[in-house]
Amino acid sequence: MNKILEKKVWWKDTPAIKEFVVEAPWIAEKHKAGQFVILRVSENGERIPLTISNKNLEKGTINILFQEVGKTTMTLGKLNVGDNIFDLAGPLGKPTHIEKFGTVVCIGGGIGIAPVHPIAQALKDAGNLVISILGARTKEILIYEDLMKKCSDEVRITTDDGSYGRHGFVTDELKSMIESGMKIDLVVTIGPAIMMKMVCKVTEPYKILTFASLNTIMVDGTGMCGACRVTVGGKTKFVCVDGPEFDGHQVNFDEMMARLRQYVDEEKVAKELCQQGTCRAA
Amino acid sequence: MTEEEKEVPKKKKPKIPRQPMPEQDPHERAKNFKEVTYGFTAEFALNESIRCIQCKKPVCIDGCPVNINIPEFIKKVSEGDMLGAAKVIKKSNLLPAICGRVCPQEDQCEMVCVVGKKDKPVSIGRLERYVADYEAAHGTFEMPEIAPKTGKKVAIIGSGPSGLACAGDLIQMGHEVTIFEALHKAGGVLVYGIPEFRLPKSIVERELDYLQKIGVEFKVNHVIGRIRTVDDLIQKDGYDAVFLANGAGLPQFMNISGENLNGVYSSNEFLTRSNLMKAYNFPEYDTPIKKYKNVAVIGGGNTAMDSVRTALRLGAENAYIIYRRSRDEMPARKEEIEHAEHEGVQFIMLTAPLRVIGNEKGWVTGLECIKMELGEPDDSGRRRPVPVKGSEFIINLDAVIVAIGTNANPLVAQTTPGLELNKWGYIVVDSEKTCMTSKKGVFAGGDIVTGGATVILAMGAGRNASKSISEYLKNL
Ligand SMILES: Cc1cc2nc3c(=O)[nH]c(=O)nc-3n(C[C@H](O)[C@H](O)[C@H](O)COP(=O)(O)OP(=O)(O)OC[C@H]3O[C@@H](n4cnc5c(N)ncnc54)[C@H](O)[C@@H]3O)c2cc1C
Ligand SMILES: Cc1cc2nc3c(=O)[nH]c(=O)nc-3n(C[C@H](O)[C@H](O)[C@H](O)COP(=O)(O)OP(=O)(O)OC[C@H]3O[C@@H](n4cnc5c(N)ncnc54)[C@H](O)[C@@H]3O)c2cc1C
Ligand code: SF4
Ligand code: SF4
Ligand code: FES
Repeated sequence: MNKILEKKVWWKDTPAIKEFVVEAPWIAEKHKAGQFVILRVSENGERIPLTISNKNLEKGTINILFQEVGKTTMTLGKLNVGDNIFDLAGPLGKPTHIEKFGTVVCIGGGIGIAPVHPIAQALKDAGNLVISILGARTKEILIYEDLMKKCSDEVRITTDDGSYGRHGFVTDELKSMIESGMKIDLVVTIGPAIMMKMVCKVTEPYKILTFASLNTIMVDGTGMCGACRVTVGGKTKFVCVDGPEFDGHQVNFDEMMARLRQYVDEEKVAKELCQQGTCRAA
Repeated sequence: MTEEEKEVPKKKKPKIPRQPMPEQDPHERAKNFKEVTYGFTAEFALNESIRCIQCKKPVCIDGCPVNINIPEFIKKVSEGDMLGAAKVIKKSNLLPAICGRVCPQEDQCEMVCVVGKKDKPVSIGRLERYVADYEAAHGTFEMPEIAPKTGKKVAIIGSGPSGLACAGDLIQMGHEVTIFEALHKAGGVLVYGIPEFRLPKSIVERELDYLQKIGVEFKVNHVIGRIRTVDDLIQKDGYDAVFLANGAGLPQFMNISGENLNGVYSSNEFLTRSNLMKAYNFPEYDTPIKKYKNVAVIGGGNTAMDSVRTALRLGAENAYIIYRRSRDEMPARKEEIEHAEHEGVQFIMLTAPLRVIGNEKGWVTGLECIKMELGEPDDSGRRRPVPVKGSEFIINLDAVIVAIGTNANPLVAQTTPGLELNKWGYIVVDSEKTCMTSKKGVFAGGDIVTGGATVILAMGAGRNASKSISEYLKNL
């Protein structure tokens, strides 16, 4: 059991966005950029993956930030400071490959900004010039702007509705950068599958190395079940142990998106039951 | 003829037939997850126990991988002393309620039973189960004798039968024991793989409870290789020895086209969703599983039988086993194959899948297969199946479950420098007895050494390891 020490509500309307600081000294000690945890909220609960978005080594804490999209995340959001997370396993997944690439563009879309954060930080610490592009639907739900500024040499923002930064998508900003002749050595992208797919489409003709962090459905997270499998470069890979990051140009995003929709009907049932007030964390 | 065989006529016992196992009606049970067999009644157990002729040279003991004193416990059963019988069994087997249910008895103790030469063998496994269940219902918790504390600490990686058996022994030898388990529940394949209808989870829980009561510490949600490496455990956390019992949990796929379509599962995923996550109780439990109408399971082992019977219980109208050899070559236990058949599973033998067919939305719609015929025997002595040209056909399906075996999960090995592996990625040990790896203070046993085997072999390895580890600790 791991105790919640702080809770922050980034956005309270549906779907809400919340962040916890959780006591987990062993996980904090071992965590490296790109890794995630798998948690359950109750004895009957599902195992869901969430990225470690920040940590404090001295205090032995990790941060998780999530959007309440379904039953598990909605139940999780009901927990408060002092409550425990029923089960928490991590750090899982392979750490991001960090080295001095040169100029790196870190792209986070929506709550994908949170998982980009530790990666940007590690790349910055490794001596890279880090430019971050943060995308949100609208200004109010933009998260982690300050944190990203701290670990980036430059932060550029796009919003779908034009309420802040550039009016448009992260890919528009990326295109402009490339077209302006900027030499980019690496792009890291995390966000909705469709966004990652589009980012990869933009960088592919220019042969810019692009890491995409995939968010497939998972069960165990230890390589035992294969629920998380994707096709990368024509080969089947398990996101939980071979990833979550892969060379984006090799990823079959269409297959991945189809696999993400496997349980939409069941997810709807669970969510509706939850909205009727039946879900409770243990 | 052996001595034992000669004894049969001399004793002139009234001939009692092998007692039947009471079980749920096949049509009924194909719709629920309750245990298929009910277990012997007291009368059946007594009758069966009398069938044992108490051989002077009980070959059955050698047939059991952990050498339970079978005639001695059966004698106690015949005398009505069930708790005494339980004591005899527990000297060699910590998990009798589990082994009595899932051991391939017909290939082990019962295969060599002398009575079996002329008649059907004594139902050793069923008696073992009866005794264990009796003890659970009537016995009281007794603290076993625990040797004085040695001050030595052992870390066990994995809580399957191998890890549990090793822990139970080591704690009684006076060592401190911590089991690190990756999942949120301990038990290994016993909880995530083997279904409730064959091994009720309450039985596994009882054994876990017992180990906890006698002092074994469980740390679940600890994936070794990530949160801690084996070196960390020894160097930072003060463990004097490590036992690797992390199983063979990496699913194999067929590498045919369409294998990543929606509706294709590894048996591990399908069974884990259903067993560990209790998806058959969705939405009461949060993890979903689909109710597929036409399901094919590829493979012929216990895992394939468990998957196909689970699919049936989840509501499949047609549940098929597709196997490339013939029925005689199926590695699953005979009893399980029969159970599956009675429940309505359809067997498509001598058939191999070629590709999974899907629709534009990415869902499975069918499987293209080819007929096989048996050719010359291969390395394993089984006749090699060869495809029959032009015999391709398509079977309409909405789910395909791949149950063709597992490999070693590389997570621990990759993060443990100095650990020797064989070419398949399994851990190399000195000998079955010592369980010693190439790395000092690190031992290994169970499926991670042998590849997918059986519960009782994994347990036996755990017990051997405990002796070897204790010896090692003495000389530290
Ligand atoms: C490695 C990894 C890291 C992740 N990190 C984060 C994170 O830091 N913060 C965060 O909010 N989410 C993250 N996710 C996604 C998160 O796991 C899902 O949002 C969560 O499982 C939803 O569970 P639920 O029961 O609340 O909703 P469900 O009822 O399971 O799903 C509700 C809706 O969310 C969609 N959905 C389900 N699973 C996913 C998924 N894996 N990715 C995207 N959409 C999904 C469904 O299609 C459905 O529309 C991560 C996923 C992975 C694999
Ligand atoms: C579906 C199915 C049906 C079967 N039916 C039978 C049967 O009827 N009879 C029979 O005798 N045998 C059967 N078997 C085989 C038998 O279950 C196995 O041989 C036995 O469980 C092996 O035991 P083990 O202790 O070596 O490993 P496992 O039972 O596999 O346990 C290993 C444990 O280690 C954990 N682990 C793995 N990696 C790590 C890590 N990095 N850190 C921490 N923990 C980790 C796993 O989560 C797991 O809990 C069946 C197997 C399956 C899959
Ligand atoms: S443990 Fe298995 S092999 Fe040994 S006596 Fe029991 S059923 Fe037979
Ligand atoms: S179980 Fe069979 S082999 Fe063993 S003692 Fe009894 S009759 Fe003999
Ligand atoms: S989640 Fe099961 S193998 Fe990746």
